[in-house]
Amino acid sequence: MSELHLPWLEAMVVLPLLGAVVIRLTRHSDAAWRRGVVFSGLTLLAAIGAWQEFNFLHVPEAHSRFDVLSRVFQSDVLFIDELSAPLLPLTALLYLLVILATMRTKIRHFSISRALCSEAIVLATFLCHSAWGVIGCLIAGTIPLWFELRRRGQPTRIFVIHMGVFSILLVAGQSLVQSTDPGSVMSVVGICLLTIAALTRSGIVPAHCWISDLFERASFGMSLLFVTPLVGAFAVMRLVLPIAPTWILEVIAIASLITAVYAAGMALVQRDTRRFFCYLFLSHASLVLIGIELTTPIGMTGALCTWIAVGLSLTGLGLTLRSVEARTGRLPLDRFHGLYDHVPALAALFLLTGLASIGFPGTLGFVGAELLVEGTVRASPAISTVVVITGALNGLAIMRVYFRIFTGTRHVTSIDISSRSRERLAVTILALLIIGGGLFPQPGVESRYHAAVQLAELRQQRGLGIQQAPNKNGLENAANVTTHGPRRIDAPRRHSARPEHKS
Amino acid sequence: MNVDEVLQWLGRLVVIPPAILLLVLGLSAIFRRPLNERRVGRLTAGCVMSGLACAAAVLGVMLITGERHVPVEFGHWVVIPEEHFHFHLKLIFDRLSVPFVILSFVLVGTIGAFANRYLHREPGYDRFFVCFAMFLLGMIVASVAGTIETLFLGWELVGLSSALLVAFFHDRSNPVINGLRIWSIYRIADAAFLVAAVVLHRLTGAGDFEGLMGTGAWPLGAAALTSQQALIVGLLLLFAAAGKSALLPFSGWLPRAMEGPTPSSAVFYGALSVHLGAFLLLRVSPILELSGALSATVVVLGLASALFGAMAARVQSDAKTALAFASLTQVGIITAEIGFGLRYIALVHIIGHACLRTLQLLRAPSMLHDYHRIENAIGDHLPEGSSGIPGWIPRVGQSSIYRFSFERGHLDAMLDRFIVSPFVAIFRLCDEWEQHWTDFLTGGPSREFSARTTTTETAEEP
Repeated sequence: MSELHLPWLEAMVVLPLLGAVVIRLTRHSDAAWRRGVVFSGLTLLAAIGAWQEFNFLHVPEAHSRFDVLSRVFQSDVLFIDELSAPLLPLTALLYLLVILATMRTKIRHFSISRALCSEAIVLATFLCHSAWGVIGCLIAGTIPLWFELRRRGQPTRIFVIHMGVFSILLVAGQSLVQSTDPGSVMSVVGICLLTIAALTRSGIVPAHCWISDLFERASFGMSLLFVTPLVGAFAVMRLVLPIAPTWILEVIAIASLITAVYAAGMALVQRDTRRFFCYLFLSHASLVLIGIELTTPIGMTGALCTWIAVGLSLTGLGLTLRSVEARTGRLPLDRFHGLYDHVPALAALFLLTGLASIGFPGTLGFVGAELLVEGTVRASPAISTVVVITGALNGLAIMRVYFRIFTGTRHVTSIDISSRSRERLAVTILALLIIGGGLFPQPGVESRYHAAVQLAELRQQRGLGIQQAPNKNGLENAANVTTHGPRRIDAPRRHSARPEHKS
Repeated sequence: MNVDEVLQWLGRLVVIPPAILLLVLGLSAIFRRPLNERRVGRLTAGCVMSGLACAAAVLGVMLITGERHVPVEFGHWVVIPEEHFHFHLKLIFDRLSVPFVILSFVLVGTIGAFANRYLHREPGYDRFFVCFAMFLLGMIVASVAGTIETLFLGWELVGLSSALLVAFFHDRSNPVINGLRIWSIYRIADAAFLVAAVVLHRLTGAGDFEGLMGTGAWPLGAAALTSQQALIVGLLLLFAAAGKSALLPFSGWLPRAMEGPTPSSAVFYGALSVHLGAFLLLRVSPILELSGALSATVVVLGLASALFGAMAARVQSDAKTALAFASLTQVGIITAEIGFGLRYIALVHIIGHACLRTLQLLRAPSMLHDYHRIENAIGDHLPEGSSGIPGWIPRVGQSSIYRFSFERGHLDAMLDRFIVSPFVAIFRLCDEWEQHWTDFLTGGPSREFSARTTTTETAEEP
């Protein structure tokens, strides 16, 4: 495996952990915020460095030459590949922006040190090479949220039940997969357990109530950071996709399709902004899963592009709602709040990010949505129609909430509630990324296509079902060859799936 | 520089000024650095005039050289060669797009100059012009689109700006609810458009209109589809066009759109936006020729919408709504003309109708004042117009027709009763079940923060 020349991967995990310790020892809240921004900014720089050096190497995957842990475990611990490379800076950016946009009055309610801990765990999840490493990080990632709920004095039963089941299923599933022969009944049972665990973490119906409960009880910032990196989808891609027979992927696709429509419908009737956001997120996350489970390069490319778009746009949308909440408290959606005149920039960002998430032309989400629909049309026109209807419902929900929050009789207040410079900075960065990515989508699409091809070839190497690219005129799907015979996820990858002509 | 290069540059310059206008006004709004009204007026006029001049120059060069079809390539926006996926940005200047783009510039420019005075010192002046610039860019892109994806881009911009402008007076709830209703109809129509675009992409291997219509310039192209394929794609596009042009059964949103400021009502619902569906049908008219059933559906839908519009327009109690339904009548007739294959007549009809209706809608606010002046001058009321219901129909029938027309065919009520209400009821029920489930898991109330009050999504007619 190729090596990165600088210890970017280690820095991505160590820097936020170090930051968490430093901030824990800091008493003044302003200083804690400044240090939080510095450490999350440095983590972002490390993530960008890793991403760029990986691109420069032109290899399917790379590890760090400074990986001390690899000498202990006699195998690579941290690595970067086509799938994880852009997710690392994306995740680091989301954490930076959430910390950056935290109002001074809210620092007491939002633990920056816990956020940095969570950042280190999520980045480590994306970087882990072995399945057990990914599972360990996925389980560890739930702990900061549990502490958050406890500290706020909120009931944790729903969270504990779901995350407990998730953790048990992960461990049991991976144990079965690892200890039994590939293709045996017990191995398939193990894959099923892993699938249920990943779907629980992704909030697929009916195991979705923990996400709405989390948004109800935890701070908006921590809830946002727990869901928007789409760690559940990552678990599906790392743990399930490479070994699952096609019928399991079809079950995931159907469950995701139902969740996408259900959550879109629920988002339309919610009376609370946080619950609206929760269902909107669930609908989008399910759309990503649908694309992944198509296992066609075009469908997976669409899903991976949508992943990036959803991560950025829904974080932007969440940040906007969080900023509005910081001024007015929790916002019921049974009346018009008339906030436009006070926070016009936030209103514009709400529309921009909301529309980007549904794939409005000219925004980051457009090409992803187009590719996703193209991929679903190739698989089944019925699925495609449902995906398009889901997008339409989400569009309605976003506009409804925009009107509810920002229009109506002007909100009367005796204090200045206009947006602050730190919020405007976060908003501007996101707006630029959403519009810039929308106007110049080709580099992102190319990178995601390479990742999709890598994943598809991985399944092909393992003798699992994959839908081939269509023939020349794009009219026919190749046969969907399905065999059973999963191999262990941490089996070495044999050859590069990356096309040579990468620009 | 040869003629081809000149046309390529002029073609690009048609689209660039509206994009600059949107960029400047959008950035100034986001960064809270609003331009003063005089600058906004000059910038708008400058961009519209330069775009119009370039479009006129394209027309001039085409007339001189006898060129009937000028493609302007922007290249591939997104391409995945291994998957044969191309997202192609391309403009076409032909006998359909050039008149439409010139019409758009002329009417939008006129409305821009009118609105600059009409909205003087209005609190939402900047917001209006941001939406106005978005609409202009959307109209121009849709008019000269050379691929179905490019057309979709313009189509969406027009939809968003229209919904936001209907909700322009957003301190009142009715305009906002009407804006949301229009956005809902547009989203449904857009979904049909998107599916049609993707199906077309699959059938022809590209979204290029040239690939779809053959090599002939509009209106002479021959579509490269089978009759069955043409029927499927055509029905999806007809659905999208019906939503955009307020044809039946989507006509209910048209009077709601009059909640917006008069300039936007004039340019959107009287002149340009309402014709965009007809423009789409004209653009894909070679498809209609392939399927008799499709053409018949277009004719029937057009005539039914025209009849409905004529009935409703005669009994409305306010001028703008009456004009809206009068527009629908003409759009219905235009749609029927397209179904009959009368493409040039439909195009001329669009241009004439758009100009007349813009004038009428801009005139509407001062009309009442003029009526009062005339009545004062003659010392009596002006004679009332008749509803136009034939006298040979029994009185009960006349009342029913009158009520049906006055209530606008009960379209909105039916939509609410058969689609919106069941939808909301089902998902509210699911929400309640979820609440019971989470209450059970928590061992107590699980939604302390969520509001539990009921909300009404539909408002009475304005």
